[in-house]
Amino acid sequence: MFEKTGIPSKEMVMGKFPSIERINKGPVAVIECYKEIPCNPCETACKFDAINIGEDINTIPAVTSDNCTGCAICLTKCPGLAIMIVDGSKSETTVLIKIPYEFLPLPKVGDTVMGLDREGRHITDVKIVGVLNPKSFDRTPIVTVEAGRKYLYDLRNIKVEAK
Amino acid sequence: MRQAELLIIGGGPAGLCAAISAAKSGAKVLIIERNKYLGGQLVKQTHMFFGSEKQYASTRGIDITEILLNELDKYKENVEILADTTVVGMYEDGIITALYKEDDFFKISAKAVVVATGAFEKSLAFPNNDLPGIYGAGAVQTLMNVHGVKPGNKVLMVGAGNIGLIVSYQLMQAGVEVVAILDAASKIGGYLVHASKIRRMGVPILTSYTVKEAIGKDFIEKAVICQVDDKFQPIEGTEKEFDVDVMCISVGLTPLNELLAMRGCQMKYVPQLSGFVPLRNENYETTIENIFAAGDTTGVEEASAAMVEGYLAGLCAAAKIGYKTDDFDERKNDFVKQLDALRSGPVGKHILSGIEQIVV
Ligand SMILES: Cc1cc2nc3c(=O)[nH]c(=O)nc-3n(C[C@H](O)[C@H](O)[C@H](O)COP(=O)(O)OP(=O)(O)OC[C@H]3O[C@@H](n4cnc5c(N)ncnc54)[C@H](O)[C@@H]3O)c2cc1C
Repeated sequence: MFEKTGIPSKEMVMGKFPSIERINKGPVAVIECYKEIPCNPCETACKFDAINIGEDINTIPAVTSDNCTGCAICLTKCPGLAIMIVDGSKSETTVLIKIPYEFLPLPKVGDTVMGLDREGRHITDVKIVGVLNPKSFDRTPIVTVEAGRKYLYDLRNIKVEAK
Repeated sequence: MRQAELLIIGGGPAGLCAAISAAKSGAKVLIIERNKYLGGQLVKQTHMFFGSEKQYASTRGIDITEILLNELDKYKENVEILADTTVVGMYEDGIITALYKEDDFFKISAKAVVVATGAFEKSLAFPNNDLPGIYGAGAVQTLMNVHGVKPGNKVLMVGAGNIGLIVSYQLMQAGVEVVAILDAASKIGGYLVHASKIRRMGVPILTSYTVKEAIGKDFIEKAVICQVDDKFQPIEGTEKEFDVDVMCISVGLTPLNELLAMRGCQMKYVPQLSGFVPLRNENYETTIENIFAAGDTTGVEEASAAMVEGYLAGLCAAAKIGYKTDDFDERKNDFVKQLDALRSGPVGKHILSGIEQIVV
């Protein structure tokens, strides 16, 4: 189905997430790269040897979660915008999720915006807790949202209503 | 008549890289580009590119042009650029004709030529496909990203290859609504990371669908689509209608290489390379001596591959006319290795099965 709709199945998504214990320890990258394409900037960008592709640049990146610091540099470098950072260490009831967001208007810290799943459905409202857009990100801003824990595996996007 | 050592036709990524490579070897290069600006397709690609570091992966296409032009500038004593000039003929006696702007016609003779003219968009036949508001994806992207003009407000995208997916995303970035993306194929043709990125914005991707007709008086007002069976025949009763003011056609590219055919280069129809392409050797030299080709004109692929092909063709063309540098083998092997790496995945396998048919 994925190849017909662009929507990965729950199993595919779960296969990319590290254990909940790891997520509860602190921020970690989730790379939703499901198909081999000739591409390796995530590996090149990672300073912690947490992303491995190897000699053949078509190989799907493998994340070594224990090496990952959640620094999010890979997130801004991925041409497919396929990476997010999840962090379950801050609260028992919520998680922090960092996503790339290349649209205007950018949300502001403190805003409440719509949280969308992988089909673009509005599943919950989320709070914006961080917006980073330095020059080094090269016009791929990173937005950090705080969402209810139960949306950890489903939340993938946001929608900001233009005022 | 103008004399040139190495003439490069087309200033896209392939042509620019051919120029860099040849000028670096010491050849005097003349680049002719029909647009007012260099860069080819890159000037409208606001997204980050795939590939690896050597092909400027994760750099935006619009910024790659500048990187290449800066590189070219290092050899500026060897480089001449004629923009706003179209090559209109390549004759058997070696004479090449060109047109500067509208009426300044002149002849060129060159020791060697690299043809890097790129590709052009295919179109789609359906009733009323000539209504205003029905565009090719290239036009939509040029309007938006080069000229800052919105093509309309509600778009139906036809074609789920990389271009259809990327242009859909860029339309949404420009604040335009994309109602759906459809494709007659049963699977999405483009990279799935691009598809997922658009799907999670809420845009449905409808595979096994085609356009039945466009409806409108002075411009498109409605698009009617329907499902197709596995032989691409329309299935009655499956019609869907969308109220749209733009339909964007993105059903693929085909190599642009009439100049090579006119010159007498042997051509072959290769579906994996998206159309007629020149037969060539491993140095990207065609069946006519000293006529080289590189980039999409030799088979529709990607800018990453087009750049490396350009470097390789420029290197070999320069060597052929007396500028073989000491590090020739080293440089050539590096380019060959890069191309192999880019083509080692599933998409690359398909391309390679086409290339096998044209390398002589
Ligand atoms: C929407 C879109 C998204 C893309 N995304 C990516 C991507 O993410 N990654 C990637 O690697 N690739 C991507 N590509 C593909 C990439 O742009 C092309 O593969 C690449 O530009 C091909 O380079 P080229 O130099 O062969 O041709 P072109 O870039 O087409 O350049 C050919 C040049 O030749 C000139 N020309 C043609 N005929 C003549 C003539 N008779 N006289 C003088 N000049 C002439 C043209 O004006 C043009 O400037 C994308 C393409 C599109 C359309």
